[in-house]
Amino acid sequence: MSDVFLSLTHISKSYAGVQALDDVSLVVKPAEIHCLVGENGSGKSTLIKIIAGVVTPDQGEIVINGKPFRRLTPMDAIREGIQVIYQDFSLFPNLTVAENIALNYELSRNARIVRWGQVRQLAEAALGKIGVRLPLDAEVESISVADKQLVAICRALVQNARLIIMDEATTALTEKEIRALFKVIHNVQQEGVAVLFVSHKLDEVLEIADKAMIIRNGKVVVDVDAANLDRNKLVYYMTGRRIEEADYDYTPQQKRPLLEVIHLSSRGNFQDVSFSLWPGEIVGVTGLLGSGRTELALSLFGVLPVDRGEIRIDGKPVHINSIQSAIEHGIGYVPEDRLTEGLFLDQSINRNIVIRTIDGLTGRGGLLSITRLKERARQWIRDLSIKTSDPELPVKSLSGGNQQRVVLAKWLASKPRILILNGPTVGVDVGSKSELHDIIKNLAREGIGILVISDDIPELLHVCNRILLMRRGRLAGMFDRRELDENKLTSLLTESTPAAPAASTTQSLSPQIG
Amino acid sequence: MLKKLFSRQETLVGVTLIVLCLVIGAINPVFWTPGNWFDLARSATVTGIFAIGVLIVLVSGGIDVSFTAIAVFSMYTTTVIMNQIGFEGGMPAFFAMSGAIGIVLGLINAFFIARFRLPTLIVTLGTQSLFRGFLLFVIGSKIIRDLPPGMAQYSGAFLFTVTDARGITVGLHSAVLFLVAVAIVAQLLLRYTMLGRSIYALGGSREAAERAGFNIVQTQVFIYAFVGLLAGIAGMIYGGLNRQANSQDIVGQELDVIAATVLGGASIAGGRGSVIGTLLGVMLVTVMSNSLILVGIPSIWQRVVIGAIIIIGTAVPAIRSLRAARRANVDIEPLPAE
Repeated sequence: MSDVFLSLTHISKSYAGVQALDDVSLVVKPAEIHCLVGENGSGKSTLIKIIAGVVTPDQGEIVINGKPFRRLTPMDAIREGIQVIYQDFSLFPNLTVAENIALNYELSRNARIVRWGQVRQLAEAALGKIGVRLPLDAEVESISVADKQLVAICRALVQNARLIIMDEATTALTEKEIRALFKVIHNVQQEGVAVLFVSHKLDEVLEIADKAMIIRNGKVVVDVDAANLDRNKLVYYMTGRRIEEADYDYTPQQKRPLLEVIHLSSRGNFQDVSFSLWPGEIVGVTGLLGSGRTELALSLFGVLPVDRGEIRIDGKPVHINSIQSAIEHGIGYVPEDRLTEGLFLDQSINRNIVIRTIDGLTGRGGLLSITRLKERARQWIRDLSIKTSDPELPVKSLSGGNQQRVVLAKWLASKPRILILNGPTVGVDVGSKSELHDIIKNLAREGIGILVISDDIPELLHVCNRILLMRRGRLAGMFDRRELDENKLTSLLTESTPAAPAASTTQSLSPQIG
Repeated sequence: MLKKLFSRQETLVGVTLIVLCLVIGAINPVFWTPGNWFDLARSATVTGIFAIGVLIVLVSGGIDVSFTAIAVFSMYTTTVIMNQIGFEGGMPAFFAMSGAIGIVLGLINAFFIARFRLPTLIVTLGTQSLFRGFLLFVIGSKIIRDLPPGMAQYSGAFLFTVTDARGITVGLHSAVLFLVAVAIVAQLLLRYTMLGRSIYALGGSREAAERAGFNIVQTQVFIYAFVGLLAGIAGMIYGGLNRQANSQDIVGQELDVIAATVLGGASIAGGRGSVIGTLLGVMLVTVMSNSLILVGIPSIWQRVVIGAIIIIGTAVPAIRSLRAARRANVDIEPLPAE
């Protein structure tokens, strides 16, 4: 057995004159965890597609298992043991766990008849290899995202994978699930399988990688042992600049809280939550999946019903029982899943920005004024520096970070006083992320009260001046930013028992001024 | 395990069917006579064969509304041709010819759907009009009562007959064997062949099926050709049992058939459905429409009752999934005792 599984040498690829990859070389050894790091548009996806045989490079050599391939086809790649797990997993939601694991293998060996006993055996064996138990007969639709990913990994193993490529595997996972996934990846490694882990989350890369290759603008910046990397170096390599984020410095401006939440409960979602939000504050709401953080946000936005407790805005009790009423009270909500909940992907950037305020853009005779529409959209594109060549292009043509800005613009156009941001930078790369953080901070400085729901610890610490911690449906703690650092917040977040002093009941509801 | 069984649409439809039979039978004992049951079987045969075809299309994520047009086209054309050549032989030749015409028409659907990736509803709406228009305009629009001898005798082809207490002889028609055979073939196909699983895979996620390397064009060609074959055979049975070939018949039943299939648990969104559920759905609709008269409900009310049953039957799973979505999201920590 050779000690190199895959070797790419001097690979170049250009699309219509744009150099996507320029002289990239990569060596993957068996049982190695190799991270591929880069911002959106750096050429990561093209490189994956070349390894999977979906795209043929213009120049360069591909050698797998000592065999050179002039034109690698997808079938060749699979036969040599290369398996790609795409972000959407490509699973069949209507089929069972067992069948999802076994079906592609059965197909690739040209089976005509399905032997259900064998399907179960294959699935059980694969789950055993990674040390995980899943209900074999459950429909994949009914299991969690993390479990779906495990099914996809098992499916790759069943097909005798020697190299598993995982594309942005952790985007939809919580901290705890990411821990579990890393354990599974180490188990996979024990089986002698190499993993090419594509990510732009720095902490993950530092934690799991044996080696890391960082690419930028289609060129390899560096390909080194992970031991020689640290956070700052990674950021520098990825973006080509040093990003120093300043913490948010909140100065109390007014005497009255903007939003007061008093003993709020929603059955089956959260219980007895009290806090307040002052103008100009950025308050983080964090907790593990299932802690009720998203549910709290949805209740404030009128999506989930409230059973008990009170919401006050400007000191006056308000009734929020629908999205409409939330909007009337000046509350805006930017959802976590912007692709399905926040944007009309096929519609133009212009239209997406003005959709919430279209009533105000009518001209003579109550007809929509295109000139005013474009003017208004142009203003937001400038203010939030949305990078696009033409605002008439569909939103789906934008990168993740720019899409998120369009969602923000859409809400800001309606001048909300309270803005709830759920996972504001999920799926956004490092460079855009700090720019989005700056936008959020500037909004707060203008007097908007902002709730940021997130489990991205550096993000919480950089952006928020106070952080609420939720655990199993209750408020488990309220902290001033200055009391916390990364380690402390991480341990608070992952701790399963309540924090020793019942912080939630003793602390005041308002921010500490001083 | 038991809970899982009871949460299935098949169980629900089965139980409803049994309750309905018991109620109707209690009101009018005629319901339980062999004559009534043979009648039910006969009525369910054509709908049942159609419904199995619809099931396969629905599972693949498509929808076909042209199968009734294929059925009447195949049946009528076969009758005209057999009359013209003066064919004297038995019914198998009629089934073969009608089925073959059905396959050809099904391939026309498949061509547009698989080759050009057009939406299945639009294609089959178009071909329904096309097939029917062609039939009426080119082949004929008159009712043919002077049938070839093999076809004329088919309505008397009973499997066996029984004579009841009043001296009336009733028989179970052999056409029901077609339904049994089609059901068994479909069950084996869908459950135990890669082709069948590729139909579920396609209905579950087309993109995943493509990435896994399924030959989607081939699968779709098979599906629509198979539906054409079933439609051709069912159309021929229909003509034989009614002892006439009427080119105005059958078209118009497609929504009832689709409704019976959906009632039996097949999902309009694709990826879900079973043969047993489909058969139960067909039986339920058949018992409803044939037996309401036995309990004194005027026949004009039948459509209303069937409509209501269909809405209730399709609403129940929808409500159930809504409920499931509204379930508690968070396992709230109990307060420590003070």
